[in-house]
Amino acid sequence: MEKYSIVIIGGGPAGLAAAVSARDSGIESILILERDKELGGILNQCIHNGFGLHTFNEELTGPEYAAKFIEQAAERKIEYRLNTMVIDISPDKVITAMNRTDGLFEVKADAVILAMGCRERPRGALNIPGYRPAGIYSAGTAQRLVNMEGYLPGREVVILGSGDIGLIMARRMTLEGAKVKVVAELMPYSGGLKRNIVQCLDDFGIPLKLSHTVVDIKGKERVEGVTIARVDSRNRPIPGTEEFYSCDTLLLSVGLIPENELSGNMGVEMSPITSGPIVNESLETNIKGVFACGNVLHVHDLVDYVSEEAASAGRHAACYVKSLTQNAATAETDNEDSFIRLCPENGIRYTVPSTIRIRHMDESLTVRFRVSNVYRNCYVSVYFDDERISRRKKQIVAPGEMEEIHLTREQLLNHPGLQTVTLKIEEA
Amino acid sequence: MESKTLTCICCPMGCQITVETNGSEIINLTGNTCKRGDTYARREITSPSRTVTSTVRVTGGTLPAVSVKTRSDIPKDKIFECIRCLKDVSVKAPVHIGEVILSNAAGTGVDIIATKNVEAQK
Repeated sequence: MEKYSIVIIGGGPAGLAAAVSARDSGIESILILERDKELGGILNQCIHNGFGLHTFNEELTGPEYAAKFIEQAAERKIEYRLNTMVIDISPDKVITAMNRTDGLFEVKADAVILAMGCRERPRGALNIPGYRPAGIYSAGTAQRLVNMEGYLPGREVVILGSGDIGLIMARRMTLEGAKVKVVAELMPYSGGLKRNIVQCLDDFGIPLKLSHTVVDIKGKERVEGVTIARVDSRNRPIPGTEEFYSCDTLLLSVGLIPENELSGNMGVEMSPITSGPIVNESLETNIKGVFACGNVLHVHDLVDYVSEEAASAGRHAACYVKSLTQNAATAETDNEDSFIRLCPENGIRYTVPSTIRIRHMDESLTVRFRVSNVYRNCYVSVYFDDERISRRKKQIVAPGEMEEIHLTREQLLNHPGLQTVTLKIEEA
Repeated sequence: MESKTLTCICCPMGCQITVETNGSEIINLTGNTCKRGDTYARREITSPSRTVTSTVRVTGGTLPAVSVKTRSDIPKDKIFECIRCLKDVSVKAPVHIGEVILSNAAGTGVDIIATKNVEAQK
């Protein structure tokens, strides 16, 4: 069986950044397995600009951002296989995969980095009544058709969900000659960035209807129209508010779900909130030597944060591999390590990571989280056990935007016996 | 006198900024919370501009299309004209990031450049 120090599942922004950082941390033997025909992942179809402001200080398009990391991987001669589907990872890190040249094959890894990304929530998850005609696409599928394969999926479009991909596609379809009639959003606020609402909808006079949803799809062979209605505070359609829009296409931009079948099957413990693995400060799962980063861990809003997080996963995977060769006993004693638990409370949905082992922590740790509602003029407070140690004033926090706080090693060491770090939203 | 309301894009607050103008002169600007909103609204009223991205066909390449963008922002009212210019453009592979696909798009003086590498089909 072939052996590698680190095998990375997925060659998108997370996989690439993890590979580059693992190599820079001194690991020679690295393999990326990618199921698409090229590296770069979803960035390849995100041809709009706005990527990389944090990382490169310039606004890049998706393919340009991807190219920078593909180049870094190429400079380091990092090995990868394309058109390769991973079908199983065993708890002892034997990866079973297949492609057309090698057939079915197995690879043994010392460490595995999960970087499979996420996929879109489909129509089936929404319970929209009506037939199942042609013309209903997830926004990302439409994006791939338009931007990479050169097809326009329809001429008259209604979009359900105001996530960023839906907003971006409203503009893209409009520029390609389609008429986007309305964007309906179930929530009383949009999950998309303000910038996208302005530049993708307002610029083209496309109405955004908040607290609205699709209640019926008309058409048997092909979509002929959809009915949308206002919803009450419990998201139930209000009778009498129905409006019919004739259209041939319905795009769904209703959320992303980390793609964790492989992780689940190998026994990785999952968070019901993020649908991603539960990880410690090293972005390591409950299985030693199995790390996760990017959208497979939790859905990000900006790719810059994916790259940052993945670089950290790569570094820690490298440390793990080195610890195996330096001292076979180290990995064992780790199990005895005490850890600090991170608790999301009061308006904070989750944190990544979930636990911290001080001994393995870098000088500073970025804790990323999302809030469950829109809060104005609030504080993001951090408690060490029962003591509030910091609070930061925020004019606004919203579920669509990932937030972060930083904890330093020194801070934690100054609180011996610390068991719980709690994050919560507090009113000003 | 004319009044226009726009949404600030500088942060998630999304302040509704109302700008009153007399011809090309800004008389009054209200609704912003911070300085960034003021700057944004003034620019958005006097000379709104956008980066335009699209794709053009590629012949003989490993992919059927290559993504492109305007090298810098162009006036907002030129967006559709710019897209129309690209309608019949087709390039031969290989194409590389930064290569000019169309110069001086829609008379804006801004070039359209490739944003992806597409190699020639072997």
